[in-house]
Amino acid sequence: MPKEMWKGNEAIAEAAVRAGLEAYFGYPITPQTEILEYLSKRMPELGRAFVQAESELGAINMVYGAACTGVRVMSSSSSPGVSLMMEGLSYIAGTEVPAVLVNVMRGGPGLGNIAPAQSDYNQAVHGGGHGDYPRIVLAPSSVQEAIDLMVLSFDLAEKYRMICMVILDGSVGQIMEPAEMPEMRPIVRKDFDWATNGAVGRERRILSSIYIDPPAEEVANFRLARRWQEVQANEVRYKGYFLDDAEFAVVGFGTAGRVALSAVRAARAEGIKVGLLRPVTVSPFPYQVIDQLTGRVSAFLVTEMNMGQMFDDVRLAVKGRVPVEFYGRVGGIVPFPDEILAEIHRVAAGRWSVDADPRDSWQTRMASVISR
Amino acid sequence: MATPENLVYDRPEAFTDTPTHYCPGCTHGVAHRLIAEVLEEMDLIPKTIGVAPVGCSVFAYNYFDTDFVEAPHGRAPAMATGIKRVMPDRIVFTYQGDGDLASIGMGEIVHAAARGENITVVFINNANYGMTGGQMAPTTLPGMKTTSSPNGRDVETQGYPIRMAEMLSTLDGVGYCVRRSLHDPKNIRLAKKAIRMAFETQVRGLGFSMVELLSTCPTNWGMKPVEALKFVEEKMVPFFPLGDYKVAAGVAQVKV
Repeated sequence: MPKEMWKGNEAIAEAAVRAGLEAYFGYPITPQTEILEYLSKRMPELGRAFVQAESELGAINMVYGAACTGVRVMSSSSSPGVSLMMEGLSYIAGTEVPAVLVNVMRGGPGLGNIAPAQSDYNQAVHGGGHGDYPRIVLAPSSVQEAIDLMVLSFDLAEKYRMICMVILDGSVGQIMEPAEMPEMRPIVRKDFDWATNGAVGRERRILSSIYIDPPAEEVANFRLARRWQEVQANEVRYKGYFLDDAEFAVVGFGTAGRVALSAVRAARAEGIKVGLLRPVTVSPFPYQVIDQLTGRVSAFLVTEMNMGQMFDDVRLAVKGRVPVEFYGRVGGIVPFPDEILAEIHRVAAGRWSVDADPRDSWQTRMASVISR
Repeated sequence: MATPENLVYDRPEAFTDTPTHYCPGCTHGVAHRLIAEVLEEMDLIPKTIGVAPVGCSVFAYNYFDTDFVEAPHGRAPAMATGIKRVMPDRIVFTYQGDGDLASIGMGEIVHAAARGENITVVFINNANYGMTGGQMAPTTLPGMKTTSSPNGRDVETQGYPIRMAEMLSTLDGVGYCVRRSLHDPKNIRLAKKAIRMAFETQVRGLGFSMVELLSTCPTNWGMKPVEALKFVEEKMVPFFPLGDYKVAAGVAQVKV
């Protein structure tokens, strides 16, 4: 396929269609509305299901229903809307049916704003809905990667009967870039042995997240956890840049990782031996990769568009062996490469926060920036 | 001389062998049976996918011998929408109580009806939250005592009951919307006919169909089963009048 100019949100929608999306249920919210708008035209012309739901609650439960029949189904939303979907995500996870959800993240908390942010990292990776449940979370940093990860998301969701979230910040959703679409995959209705698609010629099936008997619920929780171990063993994805001879490493995902790459390249041009690790799966998180890097680099610099959420996961992997510094912009602000380059200079000079939480000194450094 | 034995009453084919968990005197069992008989008579059992609610009928999936899913509280019409949109040749029904449908799930039921989703809803109105122990529901009668309206529902502070069948009947997407009662054999027969009509509406693709059934809750009402049936007849029917609130032209021509 030739490269074409694609807007992130529309590219995501088309990539999902080509991956065999049979049903989309969504609700308008900026900055992801183009996904809904695109599919409102595209799905009906292919004879596939599209419903603009009455709310995100409605949308995610339509996804839940369709997912129970075994078809490829998704929804998309942005931060406040995804919060409303958390109930449904927990039920989908508890019922062990596959579904894909895209979160084009915006500034928060609350209504926040409609500018790009990464502040739903913890909600996506560590929490959100009630109960113990794992979920796969993919974090693209470009339109091309968003396309590729959308296709992957359906395969992973189906393979592990699990929610697969694709989280991107508003800038990946809104940017236009040259990108290549995959070939159109034919719709193949797989007759899963768990799907409630009508008991024609077989025993009837029930799909539910209820285990009223606590020992049975305990077994179910362990089943989910075992499946997650499989995901952790097989599905970690990341991109490494200039890591071979790096003396220290920047870690960032999505747009923050992409901006950091520009800063790392600029630092390399100055002769600073710095590399970049960009997690592509933020869940499962590349703990082992960071663990191994820790033996080779003398420090890490985590950059995010939040108050330091992935930062905690990096620290968990580093286990206190080397300093981990933090630099972030929040509230809908995307950092400039120069800002991250300045942080690289600081880390290169060995100015680390040794005792206190590095986010404290970051806040102090930010005081002049935010005193408007 | 022994008279020959004729089987006049049996478990419908659409039922599993599982005994229900419902309280003695509760009409959930009657409503379940009517649905099971209709599915059997219309030969719909293998094609049917049920959506259970949260409430006393949360375990409805144990009793019907069809595929079933279990929805979050109030969200059954949204789940049913998702299923029906990808499997339009299947028969999809929800079974919901008044807390589920008329309170937490008000958004989902109204919009499923407004979109004219080709699904069937069986709505059990027993004027309280049964499963959690008899709290005030949107359908609790004025003055009626519940565990969360211990002095009787005061409409000045606790609002007025909602008449769902009337409300939904105003929506153009609705093909069939009626209220029936389960308090005596005559009304049970009429209820069965209405459930049949609701499924006929869906089979013919004539839009959203709902049957509201006035039901008893002797345990939480603190009444004997017979008193509870009388309560439905004397107190609930006057407030929630029985009748056909919407029978679309296409549905009116259906003869069963």
